Amino acid sequence: MKRSYFSAPYAVWMVVFTIFPIVFVGLYAITTRRADGNDLYTGLANIGNIFGNEGTYMKVLWRSLSLALQCTAICLLLGYPCAYFLASKDFAKHKTLYVLILLPMWMNFLLRTYASMGLLERNGVINSIVTALGFKRLELIGTQGAVLYGMVYNYLPFMILPIHTVLKKMDQRVIEAAQDLGANPVRVFYKVTLPLSIPGIISGITMVFMPSVTTFAISGLLGSGNFMLIGDVIETQFMSANNWNFGSALSLFMTVLILISIGLLNRMDKSKTGNGGGKW
Amino acid sequence: MVKKFFRGLKGSYIALILLFLYSPIAVMIAFSFNAGKSRAKWEGFSFKWYAELFNNSAIMEALKVTLIVAAIATVVSVILGTLGAIGIHASRKGYATTLLNLSYLPMTMPDIVTGVSLMMMFGFVAGFVKIERGMFTMILAHITFDTPYVLFSVMPKLKQMDPNTYEAALDLGCKPMKALWKVIIPEISPGIITGALLALTMSLDDFVISYFTTEKTQNLSILVYSAAKRGVKPDIYALSTIMFLTVLALLIIVNKRSTLEDIG
Repeated sequence: MKRSYFSAPYAVWMVVFTIFPIVFVGLYAITTRRADGNDLYTGLANIGNIFGNEGTYMKVLWRSLSLALQCTAICLLLGYPCAYFLASKDFAKHKTLYVLILLPMWMNFLLRTYASMGLLERNGVINSIVTALGFKRLELIGTQGAVLYGMVYNYLPFMILPIHTVLKKMDQRVIEAAQDLGANPVRVFYKVTLPLSIPGIISGITMVFMPSVTTFAISGLLGSGNFMLIGDVIETQFMSANNWNFGSALSLFMTVLILISIGLLNRMDKSKTGNGGGKW
Repeated sequence: MVKKFFRGLKGSYIALILLFLYSPIAVMIAFSFNAGKSRAKWEGFSFKWYAELFNNSAIMEALKVTLIVAAIATVVSVILGTLGAIGIHASRKGYATTLLNLSYLPMTMPDIVTGVSLMMMFGFVAGFVKIERGMFTMILAHITFDTPYVLFSVMPKLKQMDPNTYEAALDLGCKPMKALWKVIIPEISPGIITGALLALTMSLDDFVISYFTTEKTQNLSILVYSAAKRGVKPDIYALSTIMFLTVLALLIIVNKRSTLEDIG
């Protein structure tokens, strides 16, 4: 038996459980289930519905994009310095610190969200401190800020990991050369370190933006359902509204949107040095 | 002096980030040992919520489901993924590239889309054969997202391997199957074990895909989600603490085997 045949079961599995399901998304997206139970080909009508309905879904889509972009920006601003400091000579030997920063990444994200709920809830830790100090109780849960906090809290390590990996692998001699040629530290950073770390920034952005734009649990729990995101709408279509066709159209639309943004991001990374490391 | 000052500044920044990341977890772990029901006021140390946890049959059932699904999915994905990697390694380039790109697909697709797409396929199949969305479909889904991780942990080990050892075994009269078992598998076993641990962690950790591929059967993540919708309760804190420590233990083992960013 040829060794290459060993991959046959894997290939079959991947086709059956990855390709076939995607075909279903496509088929449901272009059909509509009629009252008599038959499926009717309706072309792009479902996709059109995303733009119609007096802009309801466009508003949701806009909110998802804007929250995910804000989350990505905050993660980049908070995470870059952290990755940079951890990779610097001062802390390079402290591997434990790095592992500690990454550890929450492997913790179930629902548990992390649940834990942050405990901080923010009406009778939670923050409010008990606030009231003990004599201030009025804050309404934290159910606000857009809480959802944003939940996203940043969940995805920050995903920004730090790839940037740190790239900074760590960077050829230190290039930086020394810049210093020898008379560049001051600020200039070395802007002209050498930052441009060289762009591949890491790009995979960081991908790893934060993608899950935050598609999330539904964070907004559901920390936003108390006041802030529907595109993921929540998809979840509703499949789990309660029972409109798989529209749900599929939304899934398809969202996937295409994500693929386009990943494509654009990767084009920015002209060096094509590959990504700075996935979750694993 | 100035250097020391900057080092301190950097250190405090890292400390702040750690504080941001760990304060919710620390609060959760601390209050899982609280004697009272409050999640903000300390009323004394007790194992009360842990006792309640182990007496809660729904939680114990969900724990059972989580463990069974993770165990079966890990075993199957290790077999599929290892054989897949060996096969791809020995195949011609075009076929290998296609299959590798296909393997990236479930890793890059949003979880929610993977979840609903499998849900629809299972729904379609249910029209012909009696299949309910439950533990069985959850296992199928978990194998699907676990296997590429096994494959990508084994592939580098195969590339590092000296191809001559396999040839030598054949020249010395070994049958191909025996050579595979006696030569290739032992050489790539570190990759297989890392892959298995990754698959196990991923499976224990999954919420979104499980959520869409089962109806009544709950794993722990789904249970936490529905409990969280009703508000925070300390028994879930206790559960979370146990799950956190379990993942922590698994990670220490994985981390001992390879640095975190070696793979992928």
